[in-house]
Amino acid sequence: MGSIELVCPAGSPPMLRAAVEAGADSVYCGLRDETNARNFPGLNFSPAEMNEAVAFARDHGAKVLVAINTFARAGADETWRQSVDTAVAAGAHAVIVADIGVLSYARQAYPDLRLHLSVQAAANSAEAIAFYAESFGVRRVVLPRVMTAPEIATLVKATSVELEAFVFGGLCVMAEGRCALSSYATGRSPNLSGVCSPPEAVSFETDANGLTPRLAGVAIDRFGAHEAAGYPTLCKGRFEAMGETSYLFEDPVSLNAMAVLRDLRSAGVKAIKVEGRQRGKTYVRRVAAAFRGAIDALDAGRDCEPFARMLTDLAEGGRETEGAYKRKWR
Amino acid sequence: MSALELTVGPLMFLWSPERIADYYAAIAASPDVSRVYLGEVVCGKRSPLTVEPLLLAEEALTKAGKAVVWASQALPATPREARSVRELAEASALLEVNDVAALASLPKGAAFVAGPMLNLYNQSAVAALAARGCRRICANVELSLEAIAAIAKACPQVEIELFAYGRLPLALSGRCYHARAHKAHKDGCLFVCETDPDGMIVRTVDGEPFLAVNGIQTLSYGVHLADAEVGRLAAAGVKALRISPHTGDVHSVLAAFGAFVRGDLDGAGLRAAVTATRPPGPLINGYLYGRAGMLTVAER
Repeated sequence: MGSIELVCPAGSPPMLRAAVEAGADSVYCGLRDETNARNFPGLNFSPAEMNEAVAFARDHGAKVLVAINTFARAGADETWRQSVDTAVAAGAHAVIVADIGVLSYARQAYPDLRLHLSVQAAANSAEAIAFYAESFGVRRVVLPRVMTAPEIATLVKATSVELEAFVFGGLCVMAEGRCALSSYATGRSPNLSGVCSPPEAVSFETDANGLTPRLAGVAIDRFGAHEAAGYPTLCKGRFEAMGETSYLFEDPVSLNAMAVLRDLRSAGVKAIKVEGRQRGKTYVRRVAAAFRGAIDALDAGRDCEPFARMLTDLAEGGRETEGAYKRKWR
Repeated sequence: MSALELTVGPLMFLWSPERIADYYAAIAASPDVSRVYLGEVVCGKRSPLTVEPLLLAEEALTKAGKAVVWASQALPATPREARSVRELAEASALLEVNDVAALASLPKGAAFVAGPMLNLYNQSAVAALAARGCRRICANVELSLEAIAAIAKACPQVEIELFAYGRLPLALSGRCYHARAHKAHKDGCLFVCETDPDGMIVRTVDGEPFLAVNGIQTLSYGVHLADAEVGRLAAAGVKALRISPHTGDVHSVLAAFGAFVRGDLDGAGLRAAVTATRPPGPLINGYLYGRAGMLTVAER
């Protein structure tokens, strides 16, 4: 059994360098426009920075994967095609794509280009993966974060396509790419615009009831005086159903699947992925180093447990979950 | 210009056999509906409870001259669900595909309809599926009329259906929120979703109704209504309007849409007539105009 590839996020050139220096095998990043799913102000790469990033990574034995993983706007496909062209010109190892239209273009224009299927395509079955492999020659699929570890193990056996699984960071509770909650409230969503719960729609209001974060005016949560307020990501707020107010969709936790790393590796998962292009170089340096240590420990036949505790304070709200990897999550 | 066609989308909720029979009897009796989509699209666990009533509905609808199209599940997650999708794909003359998994199982070149829960956002994606047999798309609910027009213009070989009435299917998850709200897990859900035939209302901490939960699916609380003028819908390439099943006065909803597609009611008239049927939530239409889906905007 081979080792497992560590794929880390880079929202900027310094973050990319930090990830590579901390032991990432691959780094994923996007261009500074709506073609990538972390289209936040101040993030991402210009074409020139992308060229430099690929050169830096290559010099350090790492690979750059370019995320062009939003859905092309009807009538404006050209922007997405240009991003594919830019990634190819920069010498990217692969592009990460979700949209059937962009996949179709990339395959036709660049028959040898390595295509990874983005998590935004939410391919969670052998059949879905077969469709993308047969139609577009997709070589790797990033799995949605709604699958259990045993399901992933079964899937590895049922496909010849490489599988990549998220192990750390923010957690979508909905199937990625199958969620329009953000645009329902704000008009902008991951699929339409590469953003979820966009900052320009956020406001905070303080009154006698406490602090209320709002998204396009909709109350997403309410915090008492002694509670730490988080960013109002729509699915992670408190709502009322059946007369009870609770974190209906998901508790404010983030994913840390280091405890199932051994299972994923034995199952034959090819790569593990860290979320968080928006979180900066300090974050990626620490996460990359911890997972590098854990992978190297497993490769050497040792336990990776000591590395799990290294990251607890990085979790959103300070709490972690193994998410859907454990069946009771459902 | 030929009149818009009226269709009825797949039932998204877990209804009792009696409610299913009554609903489809009303559809069968409607002179305005030409096509009906049937099938369990949300949760495979429900199939054993709904398959017989739906087969009976198919019989009644076919007898009444309606075209019946079976629809595949939107997020098949278990081996049993995957098998059901495969069997449906192999058996259907024209399948509504709601997940790409079904595409892999369709016989080569088989005709299919791309459902609204499939991620088709642009003409290149639609063209790629048209080359594989896609004859019609029911546009993803996030798409504006402007986006739909761009797709229609570039892909004249593909018919376009518009989600025109009902709570919007907004999100799918591996987790069952009905079970979670009842302090249970998906595996031991006891079919609690049956208690909410239009979905379980989700309110904000202000007490404002906002969303509706239906098992692993989250829908809008508001009821989307495609009340743009018929001419504008036709100009955007729309060929058919889809009514999504809900409780309430289905006869009057169908009658209102029938009058709308015949030109006897304008957009405002449709809105007034549908409002009078007391739909399960306020009428919304923001997505049509590229705005937030929960908004109600005057046509512009």
